[in-house]
Formats: sequence, C-alpha cells, structure tokens
Amino acid sequence: MLPTKNYYMLHIPCPHCGLRNETEFHYGAEAGVSYPDPNAMTDREWAKYLHIRANPKGWLAERWVHFAGCGRWFNLWRNTVTHEIGPVYLPFTTQPKAPNDLGQEGSKV
Amino acid sequence: MTNTHDTLPPGTIGRRRAATLPEQPPQLWKSVKPKKTYDAIIVGGGGHGLATAYYLAKNHGLTDIAVLEKGWLAGGNIARNTTIIRSNYLWDESAAIYEHSLKLWETLEQDLGYEMFFSQRGVLTLAHSVSDVRSKRRNFYANALNGVDSEWLTPAEVKKLVPIINISAEVRYPVHGATYQPRGGIAKHDWVAWGYAKAASDLGVDIIQNTEVTGFDIRNNKVHGVHTTQGTIATSKIGLVAAGHSSLLASLAGFSIPIQSRPLQALVSPLLEQVLNTVVMSSAVHVYVSQAHKGELVLGAGTDAYNSYSQRGGFHVIEHQLAAAVELFPIFSRAQLLRTWGGIVDIAPDASPIIGLTPVENLFINTGWGTGGFKATPGSGWVMAYTMANGAPHELNQPFALDRFVTGHLIDEHGAAGVAH
Repeated sequence: MLPTKNYYMLHIPCPHCGLRNETEFHYGAEAGVSYPDPNAMTDREWAKYLHIRANPKGWLAERWVHFAGCGRWFNLWRNTVTHEIGPVYLPFTTQPKAPNDLGQEGSKV
Repeated sequence: MTNTHDTLPPGTIGRRRAATLPEQPPQLWKSVKPKKTYDAIIVGGGGHGLATAYYLAKNHGLTDIAVLEKGWLAGGNIARNTTIIRSNYLWDESAAIYEHSLKLWETLEQDLGYEMFFSQRGVLTLAHSVSDVRSKRRNFYANALNGVDSEWLTPAEVKKLVPIINISAEVRYPVHGATYQPRGGIAKHDWVAWGYAKAASDLGVDIIQNTEVTGFDIRNNKVHGVHTTQGTIATSKIGLVAAGHSSLLASLAGFSIPIQSRPLQALVSPLLEQVLNTVVMSSAVHVYVSQAHKGELVLGAGTDAYNSYSQRGGFHVIEHQLAAAVELFPIFSRAQLLRTWGGIVDIAPDASPIIGLTPVENLFINTGWGTGGFKATPGSGWVMAYTMANGAPHELNQPFALDRFVTGHLIDEHGAAGVAH
C-alpha cells in the first residue's frame, strides 16, 4: 500500500465512477468558495475572492473534476502532508467535517 | 541520425572535461544560540533568506541580524531545483529584476570569495509549433528591447549547438527554432547557499538552524518580535522568506497571501560523460535539462497538480518529462534514473514573485518565486535587503507588491517562462 499511496500517484475515489488514477482528473483547489456579488464589494474584498485560496498544511477540502470519466466536479478532503484522502462529497451539499478534530493549520482564507 | 558524441575523445564534449571539485574549508559559518534581541530577523535560511541577510550586512551595514531556519540550512528549494539561471523574461518588470540578478551572478563568486561553479553555458528554449515560434520570437524581441542578450536560432543552428538533439521532422513535437540566451547557465546550488551563509556569517550575521517560528509579537499592527521554539526574540524588522511555507507564516501574522504550495519534482541520472554543454528547455514537450559539472543529467518539468507540503509528487509527472527528454535526446534512453526529489514551491496567481510590504508594519515578505526562484537568488536578496533597510521597496521590486492583486496590475509571466508555472 505504501508505495502506491505515497510515491506512485493519487488514487481518487470519484463518487460516480469509483476509484481511479489521478491522471484521469484535473484539480480545482479549495472547495466551497461561493461566488459573491461583485457590486456589493470593495476592491480588496473582490481581490480576496479572486486570488486567495486556502493553502493549509494538513487537511484541505478541495475540488476535482473527473475529466476522463463522468466529467463531473466533486469535492473531497485530502491531507496535504500525507496525501491521505478523507470524505468525498458532492457540490452544494453539506461539507463533512475534516477527518480529525485538529482542524487546519495555516491559512483558511 | 548519427550521434556526434560517439566520435569525440572520451571524457569530453568539444570544449570541456568533467570538472574536479575544490576543497571546502573546515567551517563555513558559525553555529550560534539566538540572542534576546536583533535589529532585524529573516525567517527562512534558504538561498533567498541568506542572500537577504548578506546584502543587509554588506549594502546597508545592518550586521546585528539573524536568520532563523526551522530545519537545516539550505534544506529547502535552494537545494531542490535544477539550477537554471537566465533573465530572458517577457515583461519589462520581470526582465529588469531577473537581469539585475544575472548581473549579480556574474561577479558573485568574486564578491563572496567562494566558488560555486557558476557557468554561463547558455540557455536554449525550444519552439515546437507555429504559435510557439510566434510567442518565442515575441519574447526574443522583448528581450532585445530590454537589453537582455537573446538570439533566435534555426533548427540547424540548434543542432550545431547541441549535437545530440533530435531535430527530425518525424517526431511528435519537431524543433522549429529556439531562443538562446548565451549569458544564461547553471551554478552548483547548495554551494550558492553555503557561499551566502559563509559571507553573511563572516560579516557578523547569526545563522540559527532548527528554530521554528511559532508566532509573532504584533502590537498596534506593528511587529516587535518573533516567538520561536527557542523562545521569544525581540526585533524591529522581520522579513519572511519561506517559499512554500509563506502562507503559514502570513497566517500566524494575521493576513493572507495569494499563494498555493505545490510539489515540483526534479531528478538526476548517474554520472555520465559530458554530452550536453548548454541548458535546454522546452515548454511544449515539457522538460528542461542540463548536465552538471560532475556529469549527471539534471531534469525537471512542471509542478504536480495539487497543493502539497510533502516534498514529493506522483511518478507519472516524472514519466511524462522523461518521455519528452528521450524524444528530444534519443541517447538518453539508455541513461538510468539515480534519484528524484521534490520541493514545495510557492505559486502566485500571475506566476510572479511578491516582494515588499505587508499589512503589518515592519513585517516584509518575499515569496511567490514558484518554479523559477533559483536564478533570482542574488537579485531577490538584494531588493529584499533594500526593502527591509529602507522600509520601502526598491524600484525593481515596487511592481511586485502584494497590493497588485487589489489594483489588478498583475505581471503575468505564465506564458513567458520556459515551462508553464
């Protein structure tokens, strides 16, 4: 398990197609960033929406798209240190808790 | 195709023999315990942090300063890159800062009194399609206007310069031409860090390893000190030079930066006879390669797709770059893979660095060098030292302010770099 998990490539559980190789997916960075009303914001707030995404050392809720399979976007928790994959969930559904209670170290927006 | 290397005398490629390495002095820098207070502190003991310390001491007379490193000196990206040095960037702002850096490289060994095998063997950037030719020629003209040395080479001229390259029209990505920067080259990367560390230490800078920053003493939005695993240290100026870990430090100081941390992998072959006497980069087939002084081929490509702090990535990324390398250089097919590694690179939305002030007074940041920071080591340290000493950016790093993401004045170097960032 160790070599494939850590050194070969990610094995990503697509909620529609099952476990597939990382090369079938594109990455979409932080999940759950909602689109704000541009007219209701200052330039600084708009810049934050445009450019700033979570970059934690530890668990990160992130987006992937299974371009070589079902072509659909979904979200999952992944640990940015160990590359472990946690709960997978669909967009616009309630985000499950991170796999441990330690929370995220580092910048969450 | 005949490989001309077969006809050369053993141990040579036209010009050069494999180099012998000079002896190192018994001690390069002093190992010290942190004092209670310093005039300035630099967080991050990699290439850019050590260069910042050196130029603070040398150019600005600030010698009561410390460099804090959470691991060991030069354990991060300064010793995990492919050592390529060039300044042929597209935009005026980038060309200016990278060219300043290249000029510093040209006298750096004399300046530091330390050999680092800086070798101006040239950097070749290949074009593989009509649109590739157009964008590379645009880059070539932009460089000419900015006074950066650059040449346009035909496939035949590329072949003359690099006899082992395959310029056949039959391959998937044929070579249609290339830009060439003769003043570009390579250096021995860990020695660059050691050279700066030695020179900074000689000027009185404290280099403190195995000391991690755990927080900042910020009062009235002004930084007064830093909390570390070795206790609190008071200071009036702090520079964050932590590459892939910059987001975490910014977060400790209470602000956020537009940085994503990704693994960038590189690899080397065992020691081979010298067969490649320049640096070859290709963005279309996605590989860059040079041959180090001892003879190992050094290869790199793009980052892995996802955020990570693990200093390793997927093997498919390596497989992809090796496929590209073997198509360009068929003789590499028999070379073996000796070692691969990853660094954690700090990528900004416009693939340009962020150097300057932060929302916290007297706290400065230097990050976002992404996949191309090694070449900038001297210039980056030089402008960061200026910024910390004066409390305001030098004109070279003024355009690279954190605030550009609010004003919208981005410096989009994605297309101009040798590979996609």
